[in-house]
Amino acid sequence: MSKKYEIRLTGSGGQGLILAGIILADASLMQGINAIQSQSYGPEARGGASKAEVIISTEEINYPKVQQCDLLLCLTQKSYNEYIATLKNDGILVVDDSIEMTEISSATIYRLPILQTANEELKKPMVANIISLGAITKILNLVKEEMVLKAVLNRVPPGTDLINTTAFNKGVSLIK
Amino acid sequence: MQSELVQKYLREDRLPHIWCPGCGHGVIMHAVIRAIDNLKLDPEKVCIVSGIGCSSRASGYMNFNTLHTTHGRALAFATGVKMSQPDLHVIVLTGDGDTSAIGGNHLIHAARRNIDITTITFNNNIYGMTGGQYSPTTPYMDFGTTAPYGNIDNSFDLCDLAKGAGASYVGRATAYHAVQLAKIIESAISNKGFSFVEAVSSCPTYYGRKNKKGDAVNMMKTLKDMYVDIKIAEKKPELADGKIIFGELYNNPQDEYTDKYQKIIDMLKKEN
Amino acid sequence: MNKNIKLLQGNEACVEGALAAGMEFFAGYPITPSTEIAEISAQKLPAIGGHFIQMEDEIAGMAATLGGSLTGKKSMTATSGPGFSLKQENIGYGCIAEIPCVIVNVQRGGPSTGLPTSPAQSDIMQAKWGTHGDHPVIALYPNSVQEIFTTTVDAFNMAEKYRTPVILLLDEIIGHMREKIDLSIVDSLEIIDRKRPSCTPEEYKAYQADEDLIPPMADFGSGYRYHVTGLMHDETGFPSNNSKVAHQLMHRLMDKIDKNVEDIVKYEEYMLEDAEIAFVAFGATSRAAKEAIDNLRKKGIKIGLFRPITIWPSPQKQLLALSEKVNTIIVAEMNMGQYTYEVERIAAKNCNVEFYGRVDGQPINPDELMKFAEEVLL
Repeated sequence: MSKKYEIRLTGSGGQGLILAGIILADASLMQGINAIQSQSYGPEARGGASKAEVIISTEEINYPKVQQCDLLLCLTQKSYNEYIATLKNDGILVVDDSIEMTEISSATIYRLPILQTANEELKKPMVANIISLGAITKILNLVKEEMVLKAVLNRVPPGTDLINTTAFNKGVSLIK
Repeated sequence: MQSELVQKYLREDRLPHIWCPGCGHGVIMHAVIRAIDNLKLDPEKVCIVSGIGCSSRASGYMNFNTLHTTHGRALAFATGVKMSQPDLHVIVLTGDGDTSAIGGNHLIHAARRNIDITTITFNNNIYGMTGGQYSPTTPYMDFGTTAPYGNIDNSFDLCDLAKGAGASYVGRATAYHAVQLAKIIESAISNKGFSFVEAVSSCPTYYGRKNKKGDAVNMMKTLKDMYVDIKIAEKKPELADGKIIFGELYNNPQDEYTDKYQKIIDMLKKEN
Repeated sequence: MNKNIKLLQGNEACVEGALAAGMEFFAGYPITPSTEIAEISAQKLPAIGGHFIQMEDEIAGMAATLGGSLTGKKSMTATSGPGFSLKQENIGYGCIAEIPCVIVNVQRGGPSTGLPTSPAQSDIMQAKWGTHGDHPVIALYPNSVQEIFTTTVDAFNMAEKYRTPVILLLDEIIGHMREKIDLSIVDSLEIIDRKRPSCTPEEYKAYQADEDLIPPMADFGSGYRYHVTGLMHDETGFPSNNSKVAHQLMHRLMDKIDKNVEDIVKYEEYMLEDAEIAFVAFGATSRAAKEAIDNLRKKGIKIGLFRPITIWPSPQKQLLALSEKVNTIIVAEMNMGQYTYEVERIAAKNCNVEFYGRVDGQPINPDELMKFAEEVLL
């Protein structure tokens, strides 16, 4: 059976969402699933609205841009406000629990303490992207956890393996 | 002696050249080949690059690897040649408008990099090929066809400009002081780094007529009278009053650009 | 996973293709969205003994690229809209002086500074007519990361084979997206090097063409001293005002491309066998068109895609054949109808030619193409 997921990861510039998108695409390819990662960006390197897009599919992917998301991740209020309308009615919403949700949606909603886990529990704000990746991997249940973790370790800076592994596993465990 | 040099280094079938009678450019080109001859450079390893303008036609007459480029861009082309083939001696022959107006950006950045290119600017204070418009070296309130009421632009001192931008060798001489000019060009080529030579020429056809500077002989005499050798000026400063200094103005060898790049290549080779 | 399968960015695949083709020199200037091509070249070239230089401006980047090629090194530069405009005079120099090189233009929204981070296909006509004077042009436009790699190799091969600058068009979408690439093709690539003189230096005339209309090219410093100029020149390479010489040179420059169109023109046909209506699209837009076609086919609409990979010289023969077969051609492009002019010129006498485009910095998506095709069919 063919499966295609259009995924949009949103937050602010500097949160490492593009890297998270690349890792998810990497892991998909490792497992023999097609993937395309793309992004859109503004002039700011830090702080502006940022989105990374990944399409993963068991079939060939033609159009490389996400149109209606099957899964939307929002790490900031601003990104939630901007992108919530692009989520499919039966899609999956993953939001940080600091975000005030204004829209009533029929989507499956995961409201998770991603930023809190990064900032307070792990004391590393920059691993919010990897925590998110752990949660998304668990939710999608398409690309294997060990593949994603392997892809994480291929892409993160040397010497950060332990913290990123911890972050990934934390993300997985946020999904009950 | 001279015709021997002409036979050895010039493309005789390309002569006569296009320069007007009395133009200083031929003297400067001859000084360049004398310098190359004195240094015994292998002609196969010499690359002459020029831009657009009267002076830039010199490349066509000289029997080396020669590249006559677009207006102002001689140094940019030359940088590509030198960077990709560092064993070539790259010499840029250019005019005052070509180097310091349309090509001014390339001049300051080639100097800043201290890449091993010798630039010789034939400075005749005017755009000659297009018929006598004022250039960045036309003196204040002199006339050009585009400065019919006098030139209100301040003019560049090309040597100061090159030095300020980072050239490691700077010299100046005139078409009248041809022997000294050849010596300065020789030193400039010998410097492993960016060298700049202002070769002061004369344009009796346009600059001279427009500014009532007399005939070609008169203009040569003016070069003789207006310019003072730096060695004389240092001994007897009073002789330099109101005159322009020529000679070796700056000689401060620095690490060269393609050498520094080679070190990166060597470092990466070791790592692998 | 097969270790040859990698996730690469389009711009990254361009550099990998260039290196596989034998690039040894890169000169350029940073500009969004092409900058990664310079960055990766800066990192990789010295490691293979090649040279990278960041020049002081776009004009200098083009000039240095030509200078590098004259010493025998395969050379490339990369830019985007505004920089492509600045490079034009020296692109013309490369055409008349017959200096092989590759110019990558990762297109963004224009005119002027326009939309620096947004996609467009706005330089299709500039690729052909950008520099002054009539001149030969080869412009290629791939649509996937895999094809960016192979088309960059083609661009170098054509530049070397035909002694001419080759323009490689990308757009922000395919330049920046990351996609699967299978690098096992590297071993089976055909790599073409420029023809060098076989005669003695005394006999060498730098612009004397062989029967194939291409003059052998000596490297500066290799013992063949010769003259290169942007002026009209005879077979010796020296300037000439002679009208017969000018006529001959201009015609040879055009003929060396025109007579090899069969070799130069590359294209893809998708679902055209029974098509009654066809999209003509390239780059990122062609991918939206494919998805639209898949969906329209499900509704029973006989629609297909003709995708020129060689934009210039245009695939005239193929477009003419297409116009004889379908009722309507829809040219979809992220501009205000640039390639539509070319398609109309070739096809309008045989079929209806429609244009669909947008210039708001947003990609053309499959839904709008489906809607447009359905409206055209009404």
